[in-house]
Amino acid sequence: MKITLDIWRQKSPNDKGKFVRYELEGVSREMTFLEMLDYLNDKLIKEGKDPVAFDSDCREGICGTCGLFINGRPNGPVKGITTCQLNMSVFKDGDTITVEPFRAKAFPVIKDLIIDRSSFDQLIQSGGFISVNTGAAPEANSIPIKKEIAERAFDAGICIGCGSCVAACKNASAMLFVSAKISQLALLPQGQVEAKERVRTMVREMDRLGFGNCTNTGACEAECPKEISLWNIAKMNREYYKATLG
Amino acid sequence: MYKLDSKIPDGPLAEKWTRYKATCKLVSPANKKKLDIIVVGAGAAGAAAAASMAELGYNVKVFVYQDSSRRAHSIASQGGINATKNYKNDGDSDYRLFYDMIKGGDFRAREANVYRLAEISNNVIDQFVAQGVPFAREYSGYLSNRSFGGVQVSRTFYAQGQTGQQCTLAAYQALMRQIKAGKAEMYPRRFVLDLIVIDGKARGIIARNLVTGEIERHAAHAVVLATGGFGTVYYLSTLAINSNGSAAMAAYRKGAFMANPSMAQIHPTSIPVLNDYQAKLTLMSESLRNDGRVWVPKNKGDKRKPNDIPEEERDYYLERRYPAFGNLVPRDVASRAAKERCDAGYGVGSTGLSVYLDFRDAIKAQGKQAIAAKYGNLFDLYTKITGMDPYTEPMRIYPASHYTMGGLWVDYHLMTTIPGLYAIGEANFSDHGANRLGASSLLQCAGDGYFILPVTIGDYLSSEIKTPKIPVDDPAFDKAEKEAADKLKKLLSVNGSQTVTSFHKRLGHIMWQYSGMVRNEEGLNKALKEVKELRDEFWNDVKVPGKIDEYNHELEKAFRVADFFDLAELIITDALQRKESCGAHFREEYQTEEGEPMRNDEEYMYVAAWEYTGDHSPPKLHKEPLSFENVKVTKRSYK
Ligand SMILES: Cc1cc2nc3c(=O)[nH]c(=O)nc-3n(C[C@H](O)[C@H](O)[C@H](O)COP(=O)(O)OP(=O)(O)OC[C@H]3O[C@@H](n4cnc5c(N)ncnc54)[C@H](O)[C@@H]3O)c2cc1C
Ligand code: FES
Repeated sequence: MKITLDIWRQKSPNDKGKFVRYELEGVSREMTFLEMLDYLNDKLIKEGKDPVAFDSDCREGICGTCGLFINGRPNGPVKGITTCQLNMSVFKDGDTITVEPFRAKAFPVIKDLIIDRSSFDQLIQSGGFISVNTGAAPEANSIPIKKEIAERAFDAGICIGCGSCVAACKNASAMLFVSAKISQLALLPQGQVEAKERVRTMVREMDRLGFGNCTNTGACEAECPKEISLWNIAKMNREYYKATLG
Repeated sequence: MYKLDSKIPDGPLAEKWTRYKATCKLVSPANKKKLDIIVVGAGAAGAAAAASMAELGYNVKVFVYQDSSRRAHSIASQGGINATKNYKNDGDSDYRLFYDMIKGGDFRAREANVYRLAEISNNVIDQFVAQGVPFAREYSGYLSNRSFGGVQVSRTFYAQGQTGQQCTLAAYQALMRQIKAGKAEMYPRRFVLDLIVIDGKARGIIARNLVTGEIERHAAHAVVLATGGFGTVYYLSTLAINSNGSAAMAAYRKGAFMANPSMAQIHPTSIPVLNDYQAKLTLMSESLRNDGRVWVPKNKGDKRKPNDIPEEERDYYLERRYPAFGNLVPRDVASRAAKERCDAGYGVGSTGLSVYLDFRDAIKAQGKQAIAAKYGNLFDLYTKITGMDPYTEPMRIYPASHYTMGGLWVDYHLMTTIPGLYAIGEANFSDHGANRLGASSLLQCAGDGYFILPVTIGDYLSSEIKTPKIPVDDPAFDKAEKEAADKLKKLLSVNGSQTVTSFHKRLGHIMWQYSGMVRNEEGLNKALKEVKELRDEFWNDVKVPGKIDEYNHELEKAFRVADFFDLAELIITDALQRKESCGAHFREEYQTEEGEPMRNDEEYMYVAAWEYTGDHSPPKLHKEPLSFENVKVTKRSYK
């Protein structure tokens, strides 16, 4: 296939950046989207040009490194996948594809398609944990947990921290990310002890880091590669009221 | 000559660790505050260690190449983590896990280390549960277990097919908590280029800031490498694409011995190679073999769709060859059996390089829902990649490079041959012998990180309490920094015509061909020669664009590939030296008439630890003899 790519190129955090057009021939339907970018970079390197900087590691949808904004959507046109899981077979010969980094005040661009997501680490530092030191744990089966509760906690816990939710939201809100952690831990008896404090500090940190407010439009859920449910945001709101009113 | 001392405590096997803990030297809380520790890598092993040591009061600095330590490769581990809780009442015990790992490792692991791991396995599960890992549960609310290959009990704890993710995030969160508390500091997007040794002790690192390109110096009283595995030396593997052997090779060049580097696990159930552009292979967890049955057609080149092939024309070759363990034979056995069938012309798919993993019978017996509950996300992953639906047609799978049992040699304290340098997790060699059993790596990573290293490192640091902060202007830093910068500049200056990736691919091809699942002397010698030639070609014709003082991913890759050449050479040298077949190391010359491996305990019951002697001289072999006092050394059979 022949593909036209409009790719965001930005030399450094302070550079203004612009779209650059690449005509790429010989793209195979069997390539993944990132393999197509590898292929483009191969050509650019051979032509003595600067390859496009993008990030990836696991290439199987679990590390959360690779997210790109493709044709106006986080991770492109297919629901429920990360960018590294996108296959070129969803595109047609002659297509034009726009590729940008995730955009958010809290995710500054480092170079081209690479962003700085350390704000997510800071959010977890503000309370996304259970304060149990190594060695202090009781016997694992001493606290039974209902199967469905454990499963709900798992469904929230599978967040990969990619930032698609933030990129999808017009306010660049981190509500889905934060709420997934809050509800995972608040569901489990082990995490309930600190639940009130956790929700207070994490919400405060979210504001401090420059993430926007929730728009309640559900774009985050729709674009989440792990299909994390809006239910978590509702759960977090309940936790927040409990913590601030109670 | 250097004498390897594994520092195994005296006493009966089951009391060694308790005795050690009761008698090892300690550091007082006031003194811990004065001591700095560098941890390189924060996967399950590194994050657990860094968090636990920070909790104890040490000052911990953590270095990772990703943008966040939550993205370490441990996040991708799928199927589960072992412990000896015996919740199933099926006869499990510390001894049995120990025995399974020793046997699974084909009697090439160290007894005392393995037993200790079994002993602490339950603490690991307790810790993870307390940290909020949502392991699978029964309707009663109690924890659930499943089986993994190479064992006959059900001792694996799991969170669907994302156990590693959940455990890694728990350790990550514990580390984040310590960062907030000011006890640990995180240095993301740093690539460690070299290790600093001053007066024979590990004292720091040289790292490249991947964003700015700046070369940094960091000093500490001790250094811990938790840098994971280097299965990416095969190019295609189930590992994250940036996984590397560079930090381990830096340590090796500075005097840390590399143990059993040729013990590389080729995992039997990966999604097969689909095309030439592929950069990575995706694993299908071993847990699938609990319910999936492996088969190929009985007739060569049978091109019918799998569902059209009647029962009597299917060869369930694992069940046929290994009736006692069937589909749950260990990985090395399953991988070789798949290769054997494919080489003999029974393989399926367009390339003939794959076999079926079929869930038809399990779905019939248990219902689709039950199978979906156990493996739903793995099935989805498979469908996303291949476009095929494993609920209605069998998966196609083939072996892929997956794990390195070999790694830096460590003693019982997990210290390398360089005082003050520790290696934990997949980066060390200690617990898996010649073959690792499923769900035992996460256990080892977490065990090393949470429960072993925080104790043993104190024994060393107790003699460092009078050592002031290590200055970064020591001449050792000047020298190492200059050497690292020179190497990077040299890579940039070649300005040849071939990309880094093209070299990595070719290297991987040589390794897969001659030093993969099956090896022989002729092939290995050929590989050695080809690797050397390819390395020369690399240093004369590689093209690395860009500059040193900027974000430059190609330069980063080039640095890693340069190290892969040296590592490959070491792997092949080790494979040549071991004239026996054991575990994952299968030398064609040493097999029975039925194609089963032939171990040679008389001559090879040792750990091969390699000492660096210079870039142009061959490494020197040291042997740590292994003795088995608590198990009967038998022929490993799963028949
Ligand atoms: C697909 C897959 C599935 C698996 N499933 C299971 C399973 O179900 N059960 C099980 O027990 N095991 C499983 N394993 C094995 C297990 O996941 C790994 O062995 C284990 O996670 C390794 O952890 P680690 O902490 O040693 O290293 P990793 O998690 O690999 O972490 C390495 C760390 O080192 C850092 N690093 C590396 N090099 C450098 C450098 N030069 N400079 C700076 N930082 C560096 C990285 O940034 C990272 O933080 C699986 C492995 C794979 C590939
Ligand atoms: S590279 Fe890991 S999620 Fe895409």
